[in-house]
Amino acid sequence: MNLNFKHEWVETNIGLMVVLTMLAISIGGLVEIAPLFFIDNTIEKVDGVRPYTPLEQRGRDIYQREGCYLCHSQMIRPFRDEKLRYGHYSLAAESQYDHPFQWGSKRTGPDLARVGGKYSNEWHVQHLTAPRSMVPESVMPNYPWLSKTPLDISDITDRMKALREVGVPYSLTDAEYKANVAKFGETVAKQLHIPNAQQSIVEQANFGNYDGDRSGISEMDALVAYLQVLGTMVDFNKYKDDTFVNDR
Amino acid sequence: MAVTTYSGAEQYNFEVVKKFAVMSLVWAVVGMFVGVYIASELAWPFLNFDSPYISFGRFRPVHTTSVIFGFGGSALFATSYYVVQRTCQTRLISDGMASFTFWGWMAVIALADVSYMLGYTQSREYAEMEWPIDILIEVVWVTYLILFVGTIMRRKQPHIYVANWFYLAFILATALLHTFNNLAVPINLFSMKSYSLFSGVQDAMTQWWYGHNAVGFFLTAAFLGMMYYFVPKQAGRPIYSYRLSIVHFWALAFMYMWVGAHHLHWTALPDWTSSLAAAFSILLLMPSWGGMINGIMTLSGAWDKLRTDPIMRFMIVALSFYGMSTFEGPMMSLKEVNALSHYTDWTVGHVHSGALGWVAMITFGSLYHMIPKLWATKMYSRKLIEWHFWLATIGIVLYIVAMWISGITQGLMWRAFDEFGNLQYSFVETVAAMHPFYAMRAIGGMFFLTGMLTMAFNIFMTIRQGKRENAALEGKLASKLAHA
Repeated sequence: MNLNFKHEWVETNIGLMVVLTMLAISIGGLVEIAPLFFIDNTIEKVDGVRPYTPLEQRGRDIYQREGCYLCHSQMIRPFRDEKLRYGHYSLAAESQYDHPFQWGSKRTGPDLARVGGKYSNEWHVQHLTAPRSMVPESVMPNYPWLSKTPLDISDITDRMKALREVGVPYSLTDAEYKANVAKFGETVAKQLHIPNAQQSIVEQANFGNYDGDRSGISEMDALVAYLQVLGTMVDFNKYKDDTFVNDR
Repeated sequence: MAVTTYSGAEQYNFEVVKKFAVMSLVWAVVGMFVGVYIASELAWPFLNFDSPYISFGRFRPVHTTSVIFGFGGSALFATSYYVVQRTCQTRLISDGMASFTFWGWMAVIALADVSYMLGYTQSREYAEMEWPIDILIEVVWVTYLILFVGTIMRRKQPHIYVANWFYLAFILATALLHTFNNLAVPINLFSMKSYSLFSGVQDAMTQWWYGHNAVGFFLTAAFLGMMYYFVPKQAGRPIYSYRLSIVHFWALAFMYMWVGAHHLHWTALPDWTSSLAAAFSILLLMPSWGGMINGIMTLSGAWDKLRTDPIMRFMIVALSFYGMSTFEGPMMSLKEVNALSHYTDWTVGHVHSGALGWVAMITFGSLYHMIPKLWATKMYSRKLIEWHFWLATIGIVLYIVAMWISGITQGLMWRAFDEFGNLQYSFVETVAAMHPFYAMRAIGGMFFLTGMLTMAFNIFMTIRQGKRENAALEGKLASKLAHA
């Protein structure tokens, strides 16, 4: 580099200014984002995390649509109070199939990362329909339309194919299906098989009867199915307290 | 019209500047009204009225998009087109492209707002627009870049003025951020719905790299560009230190891109990433304050203007809020502070001290300076500018004080233990404790919105007055020419 560098050169040359500015603004992102795809322990090795079933994924779509992430986080931090209130801190592995992530940035309402199994289906249905009938001080909006709106499952294969494109292991071929059987077991693998998607939704909704109404499958069925699976995939009893400490 | 060619009216394309300036006021009123409304929903939840379209979760992106991209974005288009033409002493290279950026950008905001209410969202904060709108943004933005750089290439001055560096960095960075944060696969070509390319931890990192630099470049660098033109103009004095502007420009452009991960402290993002981001956040204090000092000290020797000139007061208060929130930000990026502040209203208050105190106030000052010049007249009422100033200032103070109290209160309540080592408060007790502050925040917002309406009225009357004066002048000239 010429030691007689003058800033005036940049000030009088728009091409040089564009190039140098691009350089200045590119480095930070490159250094912080790119390694996350390559450093091995960014995502912990842990058993149990699987892609969402088609019904749960549709519930997740509704969760996104209603903007739940604006008031509820899904990311428990490693603090004593959060452990008591919500449970084990969240692992990166637990959101590895989340396109997009729903960690959130604000807790106007409580964290939902481990809400699955904490309340009954009936509680969720009543609470989503009219939150203040269950929790008088709540400021959450009512969502009465969820029970009344039939779940649209017509484009479920499109949705799963798109998710497969971005890396979620939903299976299309026999080989992919067999790989899923080996990885997640046969029951789960069947639900992740794209040609089975509509049937899987009907079966899971009928079996789970999430909205308490067997006459049809509503958006409420899907959303409650999603909420009930959150945070339940990893069995932390199988791991020692300090297992994941070194992954941070 | 032939008689008016005596002026420089055709030397510059002010038509597009005027359109953007007016629309920035329109989006400000819309966006701030929705802001007051959703703030009220949190204080009085019956206001959701069981309607999907205006329930808080769908309505909140309407607020953020309308104020950031509608109000802020339009003001940036308006002022950047004005500044680049004035400082380069040349006309925008293409009227067609300029007009396309105007209609394209208006379509983006309108489509985005309607699509959120219908439930289409990527659920990425400040980038909620679904993929077809993202593509439109990309096209508009590249056009903007070509137009801006092309106009600079045609400048009559050898030097590129400082304000243009900041606008340029903002245009380039926004293009980069927008492109990488919106990588997604649509479920099919006839559906608005898409899924993001990345997942979990990488997706979170990309989003907050975008999210914080929307603040860093869209809401800071660009408005510094505005500041570097309009503060010296209004003060009638040169920039305090040219050297300082060089140093803080490059430092700001380089460092901002590192700090996004401070939004992800204590999460499943690896420690090294958020710690690195925190370190850069603290370093960033210096270039930020470099900008503040350069702006405020420009007034040195003309401090009396603070007493006599309400427009100058808007600008100096804006710079003061800029200094305050760029101190608060690095402090909140410290891990121990963040452990308390994250997930609470403190963050919301911090954003608004920047957005209302800095971004909106510097914009008000700049528009009050620019709009009378565009319509060749004077502001209709100086008294109303004074009113606007005080309404806005009181509104901001109410807002951020409410959020400081509620944020810190809630953070402390969440982590409080009783003498047996159990959690002292249930979650909903902390929600109940927020109520008075949510009400106070909504009232602060109402003050700010009222000030905004005052401005809209004042500008409307100014433009009408400008048009009338112009018509009278043309009439006089025409009659003189007829007699001659």
